Amino acid sequence: MQTAENNRQYRKQLKEALDNAFQRKALDNFAVAYRGIRVSNFEGIDRARLIERIGKAKDAAMARVDALYHQFREKAEAAGATVHLAASDAAANEIIARIAAENSCTRIVKSKSMTAEETLLNHFLENRGYEVIETDLGEWIIQLRREGPSHMVMPAIHLSRNEVSRLFTEVTGKPQDTDIEKLVKVARRELRERFVTADMGISGANFAIAETGTLGIVSNEGNVGLVTTMPRVHVALVGIDKLTATVADALTVLTGLPRNATGQAITSYVTWITGANPSGASATGRKNMHIVFLDNGRSALAGDPVFSQALRCVRCGACANVCPIYRLVGGHAYGHIYIGAIGLILTYFFHGRDKDKHLIENCLNCQACKEVCVAGIDLPRLIREVQKVVVHSAEQPFLPGLMAAYVLKRRRVFHALLRSGRYVQQPVTGNTSYARHLPDLLFKDHKFKELPALAKKPFRDQWQPAAYRPARPRYKVALFSGCLQDFVYPEQLLAGTEMLKGSRVRLDFIQAQGCCGLPLYMLGEHGAAADLARWNMANIDPGEYDFVLTLCASCASHMKENYPFLLEKQAGTRVNARQYADKVIDYSSFMLLVGESAAAGKNARGQKAAYHAPCHLCRGLGVSAAPRELLEIAGYAYVPHDEEETCCGLGGSYSFKFPEVSAAILDKKLGAVAETGAEILVTDCPGCVMQLRGGALKQGRPIKVLHMAEALQQSK
Amino acid sequence: MEMHRSGLVEQFRQKADAVSTIVKPVATMAEALAYAVQVCVRKEACAMLSSGCEYGLSDPAQELCGLKQWEKLMAAPGLAAADIDRLTALCRDAGIGLIRQGLAAHAGGIDVGLTTADFGIADTGTLVLHCSDEDLRLATMISEVHVAVLRAEDIYPNADAAADRLAAFFSTSDYTAFITGPSRTADIERVLTLGVHGPLDLHVLILDGSTAS
Ligand code: SF4
Ligand code: SF4
Repeated sequence: MQTAENNRQYRKQLKEALDNAFQRKALDNFAVAYRGIRVSNFEGIDRARLIERIGKAKDAAMARVDALYHQFREKAEAAGATVHLAASDAAANEIIARIAAENSCTRIVKSKSMTAEETLLNHFLENRGYEVIETDLGEWIIQLRREGPSHMVMPAIHLSRNEVSRLFTEVTGKPQDTDIEKLVKVARRELRERFVTADMGISGANFAIAETGTLGIVSNEGNVGLVTTMPRVHVALVGIDKLTATVADALTVLTGLPRNATGQAITSYVTWITGANPSGASATGRKNMHIVFLDNGRSALAGDPVFSQALRCVRCGACANVCPIYRLVGGHAYGHIYIGAIGLILTYFFHGRDKDKHLIENCLNCQACKEVCVAGIDLPRLIREVQKVVVHSAEQPFLPGLMAAYVLKRRRVFHALLRSGRYVQQPVTGNTSYARHLPDLLFKDHKFKELPALAKKPFRDQWQPAAYRPARPRYKVALFSGCLQDFVYPEQLLAGTEMLKGSRVRLDFIQAQGCCGLPLYMLGEHGAAADLARWNMANIDPGEYDFVLTLCASCASHMKENYPFLLEKQAGTRVNARQYADKVIDYSSFMLLVGESAAAGKNARGQKAAYHAPCHLCRGLGVSAAPRELLEIAGYAYVPHDEEETCCGLGGSYSFKFPEVSAAILDKKLGAVAETGAEILVTDCPGCVMQLRGGALKQGRPIKVLHMAEALQQSK
Repeated sequence: MEMHRSGLVEQFRQKADAVSTIVKPVATMAEALAYAVQVCVRKEACAMLSSGCEYGLSDPAQELCGLKQWEKLMAAPGLAAADIDRLTALCRDAGIGLIRQGLAAHAGGIDVGLTTADFGIADTGTLVLHCSDEDLRLATMISEVHVAVLRAEDIYPNADAAADRLAAFFSTSDYTAFITGPSRTADIERVLTLGVHGPLDLHVLILDGSTAS
């Protein structure tokens, strides 16, 4: 839950989560286990095709959600159910309380429903004097503790068996063991009595099939069957986004949902209910059956050209499972009610800007959630879009964003600032340049890594084109330097270009190029980011080149993925942006293309090298084999480690906004690398180099962090 | 066709086995009935399953346990008349109570629930039970052990292949259950535990008449 009023309070909440040792361990184990599950869970299934089918079915349903609702209602009512539509969370709660009152219900058993969490239904009914008992084990536990869920599928993942044992001792008034098997059986017996004596059952639903008026509910524990069978009244609370056209569509989603959620091919139970079934507890002999559909902003969302995607979500929870931030801080600090990447987005729409304004900033843009989403939602993009809205609707304009937009858009001003910045830095000691005394105001919590100083001479002042003018070039290439390499790490560009000397690559460096615009996009300044995109495209004409080469994976992925998106609605530039994007290539892929001889080296002599896959390379651009191959070609012994594709924790300005989280992610990474015994750690992005090198230095780890270009050059 | 069927049976067996379902081939319904009774007979003898009554419970929960009949109890709603006669005899000999309706009154515990599945789904090892009848439904939910008979010829390769059949079930008021393995949870420390609210054990008896000879 989000109650933080300002960034400081939110960071305090994060800090507390980071200090929760049990939760840290539990989430970490889970993150690692889930990785294994993911490999096997889609065995024998064309995952990409399934994701596409789920996305299409959901999109098609949401495009005609009104019609599906009416069809569902007609079918379900013909089969004896009563169907209600609630415009808001408050309206849904009122309807359910009314049903309870009209039927003189007092004791309500409930199976798991995120939708009921969304409307805070339990709280509402309890205030009206009803007894509400959650029957899903995890939900029951957190209900007894008066907490919200910390994961959408495993709501009590943050608790230990000892805590559960203490809780059950209190509830039963008898001492309890800490054996999990025994605790589960105690819950079985305790709750069985509640099922027998309840007069109303409340469930959610995963599917509402319009063609037959059928609800579909997945569960593992078997409580859904009891909730929907034993009491005389059943109320299902269902988001209208659960409407699907056909049985076949529901089965398609069912193929993906449990596999992505828990790695099960299917849950132990799937319960399909159509209309009012026989019920021994009911005076009429038939179940008193109500279905309450909840809108709460969903139909408006369905009509939104950008955000409608969010309604595809099937609540599998996987986007939290793979998120490096969730892995550290858990659900209470990484969501309000909905958790993980989708939670960052839905919180805004269902619970308002205030609850989301700090959460929405807490994202590294690492793309891990996008890759795992079984509904094919471009989560990082939607997070950025919500952030944009939040930033621009703030009462106070976001100063850093405005300043950055002003400066980055004015290339000369920006470059002048960078150049002059060098002179205010403290003298550099030793042979590594690090900024020793950063202005405290800006960076006071950023003590976990050393920050590099600006280079004496930016790359643009050192560039000598003469060596890159082969008589019969095989490729004509425009070099895009990116700010970080140009002004901080020019040696990476020098090494990278050096490797191309004597090859048949014609390399141009166009001085007028500016910042790629990613920092602005990350700050929610999409307009200014689009301006920079247009500027760069105007100066580097894709028609003139075979490739736009960049040694920065972040620039590459931003130009490839976001330029077409940012300029989509701008006539004329749209086609140009696509062409430009198609020509963008990363360094490792390009070197392999140029040929083994260009990259081959002998000086490495089998030195052990670990690799860090930048998020923007492995997920952003989908490049994974090339860098590992290159290391071997260059004569290194590449040693893999488990955290290779986990974000380094930089996330652009993220590490300045949330230094504690960034530091913890970095720690994890460097620890895993250290275990390999590698002497060098190679990566393909100057941002990652900055984070990893700065961290290794601060922690006194002997590992040497190199950009791929430097690694190749050293072995040459 | 025969090859195809045995392939599906084998796939069903593997997938069901992977989620802790006990799968056994039987050649006749009589064999299935005898098996179910044996499960009930052996159940207490080895006392492998613990359903929770023996632990410290709150008073109302303990009372419900007390309502459990002392004799062992089997529920078999929805069984064909001929089979019922045979089962009644078997249960009498074994000293097991047998009920066919009114299951809700025995929510404190039924030892074995015996049902017949409408069909199976091979690629997930799933049973499909069309169970609008409340007693039939309860047999699959409140029994400590669920024994289900599935005819080999009623196994579909996947759920999609059964979509039309499901849609036909759903065409009137209906309750249909997909059951795959015993009830389970991993809600405490992600430790997998079988038998939460539903059965602690699931047996599927695949009735294949073609292997009778
Ligand atoms: S992009 Fe990365 S950090 Fe952001 S929500 Fe997705 S997984 Fe988490
Ligand atoms: S957004 Fe995607 S990954 Fe996240 S819960 Fe929804 S369907 Fe699952």
